[in-house]
Amino acid sequence: MELTVGFLPLVDACLPILAREHGFAEDEGLSLRLMKDVSWATVLDRLLYGHSDAAHMVAPLAIATTLGRGRPAQPLSVPFVLGLNGNAITMRPDLAARVAPEGQLGDPAKVGAALREVVAELLAQGRPLRFGVVHRYSSHNYMLRYWLAACGIRPDRDVEISTVPPPFCADALDAGDVDAICVGEPWNSVAVERGAGRIVLSTAQIWRRGVEKVLTLRESVLDEKRDAVERLVRAMCRAGRHFVDPENWDANADILARSEYLDGDPVLIKRAISDRLLLSRGGEIVHYPDFMFQYREAANFPWVSQAEWLYTQMVRWDGTGFDAANASKAARVFRPDVYRSALIGTGEPLPGASSKVEGSLRQKTTVGMQQGTMTLESNRFFDGVVFDPATQRDYLAKLP
Amino acid sequence: MRIAIVDESAARASIIREGLATVEDCEIFVVTERRGLVARIGEIEPDIVLMDLGNPSRDVLEEYFAVSRVLARPIAMFVDESDDESIAASIDAGVSAYVVDGLAASRIRSLLDLAVRRFNAFARLQSDLAEARGQLAERETIDKAKRILMDSRGLPEPKAYAEMRSAAMSQGRRIAEIADAIVTAHKLMGAK
Repeated sequence: MELTVGFLPLVDACLPILAREHGFAEDEGLSLRLMKDVSWATVLDRLLYGHSDAAHMVAPLAIATTLGRGRPAQPLSVPFVLGLNGNAITMRPDLAARVAPEGQLGDPAKVGAALREVVAELLAQGRPLRFGVVHRYSSHNYMLRYWLAACGIRPDRDVEISTVPPPFCADALDAGDVDAICVGEPWNSVAVERGAGRIVLSTAQIWRRGVEKVLTLRESVLDEKRDAVERLVRAMCRAGRHFVDPENWDANADILARSEYLDGDPVLIKRAISDRLLLSRGGEIVHYPDFMFQYREAANFPWVSQAEWLYTQMVRWDGTGFDAANASKAARVFRPDVYRSALIGTGEPLPGASSKVEGSLRQKTTVGMQQGTMTLESNRFFDGVVFDPATQRDYLAKLP
Repeated sequence: MRIAIVDESAARASIIREGLATVEDCEIFVVTERRGLVARIGEIEPDIVLMDLGNPSRDVLEEYFAVSRVLARPIAMFVDESDDESIAASIDAGVSAYVVDGLAASRIRSLLDLAVRRFNAFARLQSDLAEARGQLAERETIDKAKRILMDSRGLPEPKAYAEMRSAAMSQGRRIAEIADAIVTAHKLMGAK
């Protein structure tokens, strides 16, 4: 059985890569081929035109494609979440110095309040602050916008947000094309190493358990290759367990750094894997737990409520208006049924529910399970607002 | 019709340009610079944009097409779903095409076909070149291995070559692989 998986060279493409490299896919009788590209547009094209069976993808793009945003609609399915968070906001050093404390990650509300003053100042001078994100339909874009708006900074009115491909983020900061970027690793660290930027926030501070990359397939391919996909899900779960074990960090960083994968510096990759960040050049390395979140708490389970949250943000920023039919189409992109069917009877924990109220947990909570036991930690949004998928319209009305 | 070819490879861009030069009423612009891409496209006001799939700026350009009000007419990827076959062919060839709304489908299809042929021609040229380079490197390795056998075992040249050939035949490998093994082994044994 064979599957080809498209990916972009980012640390969070780790699970399919490690599933192949450590023989976890092979143990499942699956031969895994990986196909590297340099833009999400090409990863998506190859998926839609059958060059790949599955793809590492920014989660909102899977929903946007299903809803036909920007191109004819094609139904996509997500049976597995490749990870939560792992992104950061990096600012030009002069801007960072004005809004964030030295030597530590800032507090999102405080950084936002300070930033608001800078934004007002620059607006008065007719030169709005500019942010770069990796894709218009990326979690980076939605997390950044969520944070800015909650701090009283209105995206598209007070600040400009445009697309900058990850490998060019450091260049764009350096050249002054943008003042800040929201990107995944290793690209924040690359900017820091070059002295082009300072990391001021991690997206995990904005939403403690924010959905990030997902494994995406065409719905028809998922149906045709269901058996192979379930094998891949099991192999990637094993890869997740391997990935979070400190014993394996060095070896995994070396694998990911290879030219056929990230073609990057294993030192920077290991930092991301181990939730360590060098915030500014010449500074001390900071440990921020759960910066990347690839396995614990059934991190890979595709919660329908995550897809629904992404849909509300799409409506919010595309200005298209909430549509109940589209909301349920978006919800159906995430396929917990496939995840369950792949892992039933294994040692992996399976939640009892398929949807949850996002952002409602402030402390450790034991949840009802179909299989295994699990304690969830805080999943708060930094502003304390809770997303109940049953009342999406009210949620949208409440947001600034 | 105004066509923009966005390609960081100047060589490929010129091959495509040459191929499209035969099309009537057609003005072609080549953009190879990454910086200022969006502004340049705004100036060109193209009807069609051709871009190679390996260009990291595709996401930038797609965003621009989706949200920019600068261009008078919106640009979408390809024309409509009925063009699926030509889209598939272009993806196979490694080119993406963006077309302004309202351009005649037949015209676009023939243009795309032309672009796809040029992309394929370029890919062939490259693989010919790679093959030629590979052959050259192989010949050098075989010569080196031959000299090693001549020096170390005092064999005359035709005999050294015949030894390698018979080893290749008996092991079902290519003579270049045998030569490579000899050169590697020789290096490992500490030869200079």
